[in-house]
Amino acid sequence: MLYRENGQFKTTYAADQQIFTIAQDRWFVIGVVAFAALIVPMLADEYMFRAILIPFLILSLAALGVNLLVGFCGQITLGAGAFMAVGAYAAYNFLIRIDGMPLVAALLLGGLTSAGMGILFGIPSLRVRGLYLAVATLAAQFFCDWAFLRIKWFTNDSSSGSVSVSELSMFGWVIDSPAEKYLFCLGFIVLFALIAANLTRATIGRQWMAIRDMDVAAEVIGIRPMYSKLSAFAVSSFFVGVAGALWGFVHLGSWEPAAFSVDRSFQLLFMVIIGGMGSILGSFFGAAFIVILPIFLNQFLPAIGSLVGITISTAAVSHAELIIFGSLIVFFLIVEPHGLARLWAIAKEKLRLWPFPH
Amino acid sequence: MKFRALALAAAISAVGLTSATVSTSAVAQAKEQFFPVLVYRTGAYAANGNPWANGYVDYLKLVNARGGINGVKLSFEECEFGYATDRGVECYERLKGKGATVFQPLSTGVTFALTDKAPVDKIPLVTAGYGRSESQDGSVFAWNFPLLGTYWVGADVAVQHIAKQAGGLDKLKGKKIALVYHDSPFGKEPIPALQERAKLHGFELQLLPVAHPGVEQKATWLQIRQSKPDNVLLWGWGVMNSTALKEAQATGFSRDKMLGIWWAGAEPDVKDVGAGAKGYQALTLQHSAEPNSKVVKDMLEMVHAKGQGTGPKDEVGSVLYMRGLISSMVAVEGVRKAQERYGKGKVMTGEQTRWGLENLTLDQKTLDGMGFAGVMRPVQTSCLDHMGSSWVRIQTWDGTKWTPGADWYQADEKLLRGMVLNASRKYAEEKKITPRTPEQCKL
Repeated sequence: MLYRENGQFKTTYAADQQIFTIAQDRWFVIGVVAFAALIVPMLADEYMFRAILIPFLILSLAALGVNLLVGFCGQITLGAGAFMAVGAYAAYNFLIRIDGMPLVAALLLGGLTSAGMGILFGIPSLRVRGLYLAVATLAAQFFCDWAFLRIKWFTNDSSSGSVSVSELSMFGWVIDSPAEKYLFCLGFIVLFALIAANLTRATIGRQWMAIRDMDVAAEVIGIRPMYSKLSAFAVSSFFVGVAGALWGFVHLGSWEPAAFSVDRSFQLLFMVIIGGMGSILGSFFGAAFIVILPIFLNQFLPAIGSLVGITISTAAVSHAELIIFGSLIVFFLIVEPHGLARLWAIAKEKLRLWPFPH
Repeated sequence: MKFRALALAAAISAVGLTSATVSTSAVAQAKEQFFPVLVYRTGAYAANGNPWANGYVDYLKLVNARGGINGVKLSFEECEFGYATDRGVECYERLKGKGATVFQPLSTGVTFALTDKAPVDKIPLVTAGYGRSESQDGSVFAWNFPLLGTYWVGADVAVQHIAKQAGGLDKLKGKKIALVYHDSPFGKEPIPALQERAKLHGFELQLLPVAHPGVEQKATWLQIRQSKPDNVLLWGWGVMNSTALKEAQATGFSRDKMLGIWWAGAEPDVKDVGAGAKGYQALTLQHSAEPNSKVVKDMLEMVHAKGQGTGPKDEVGSVLYMRGLISSMVAVEGVRKAQERYGKGKVMTGEQTRWGLENLTLDQKTLDGMGFAGVMRPVQTSCLDHMGSSWVRIQTWDGTKWTPGADWYQADEKLLRGMVLNASRKYAEEKKITPRTPEQCKL
């Protein structure tokens, strides 16, 4: 009744080609962005910003990047953590080594460096595919772990190997309060999500999907596998690299290579699988699931315990958190192997028929 | 279909509950001195994190049993972060809103991440025996307190001890010392101090990193077998230590040529190796384990006998338990000192506690009065010295227990002071901090 496109006629090509062809969808997304940009800064407290919203936004961006590669182009990668690290360390070096380097330029240059690394480590994808490619991309992870631990130049000869960034500012706007950091990240996310949505609808995205669905057939109809696979690696690594730079600069402030360990790569891949492969929205769902759920469980379990009068020890909460989190992953994958984004799509289908299902 | 609806309902209710708990997280501040406790009771380092946390919390309970700090009761809340830096930061954000007095993360990685945040939030960061070595300079690092000792102190004393065994500092020339370290900020901290000493005395320093968590050390020990260093310094934490000792045993490297940092010298590190670790030496921060001290007896009597103990009874008095206890004690004494200035019997803010920590005066008489005779030596902090003291002994594992040596060491202040100042000035430049002048220090 509410969610139905009846009566919405498209009279121009532009109207036919827009991202959200249904008016309700369009207004909903605009509403969500407006809510996030205008209302959330007024409602959320510092903890909410620093511990939940900022990590969620940044990891959504990283998951989005991984999704472009894994979900849209079908190239499984386990090197996402490494590309985040490349983005973070490259941006750091651009910022401190070049005088007067603007923050946004440093972040984007970090992303570009990461894109270059992505192309380099994407070369094996021309020969190997599937799980073998995943193993090949692991090389990127181990190489970067090694490089940032051992090569002193990358960390500006810091004796402990830990680097830090302070005083973020953009065009005279000093980004220091949590709300400002949040808005800064939100700006990046909205822009990059828009770019991703358009890329996947354009020639390049269609090529990726053709390669994903059947690379031999794609080659036969004239798609160059090298160009499309490497472009997917480049674009994906760019997104992931910018996310990594934001993670270091905005979220952590000071970091060591352990912040981008192989665990991070797995985490990002799981976000994509749980959220929904080949779905922009799925990246956000996946990030929310992986970032917020453990923290939520960690606080929720003691609260439940005290409600019924039991004090649960810290260790027990932590173990329970892992058990419940793990079983929820299994549950969701059994119920909906196509990820949370598919659940969302099903909900929309149902809403279209509501209240008169056939 | 029903199953899917259920899943959807679960997802929606989860989101709803999240917002519910988050809104309750900003609870009203009680009239109690609140101590946030960052712990890791799970994960790769749980074996070492557990006794430390138990000691820390038990001491807070003991202070309450003794009547609080001038009548102010202590409250605390644990937050588990599993030695992961990002979860540690999340814990910090969660607990700081509840009126945190001090933070003690027991993780060098988290300390680095919080060093920038502490001055903004005005909460002191006490890192007893770990953290950034240059944060000893309180004029730049106003909010960091690496009380009792830093890694540079540890490195310096380790070299002194090796020299003493060799028969003097001049005998170090031409020797080869290998540093087997945890490949993280924690393990890398001592390197500059060791390099400085290596230059000074002409010994060769071999750096052998071990990747987290440290269970894979075959390659490292193969290198040691090839290069045959005269001594091995072990800069490990958690399972890395017992693995290193087992590997040393397997490769036949003499255990009495191995010297561990104070984080590599506790019961969980050697228990599994048992007799195989016989002769292994480690530094102790202050006195190390003292199961017969008065504070331990008080603890058993006033906390454990009443069923209030956090951990198992036989752990009370062990090395890491005592370190947790001492960490807790210095924080409590910081609050007590602050009360002298800002009003006895009042709840101190983080800013007031910072002053207390900076003007901490724990002489032997006070310490003995609190039951710390044989556990601690005096500590005296100031604006320029946030470390307070650097008393170190060497203990030896005899196969069943740690036996402390008689000699007391202190770091070479002349050597380290310059390094600390250089590093802290560099940090101040990077962060555009103006170091506090002596006048500002008095405020």
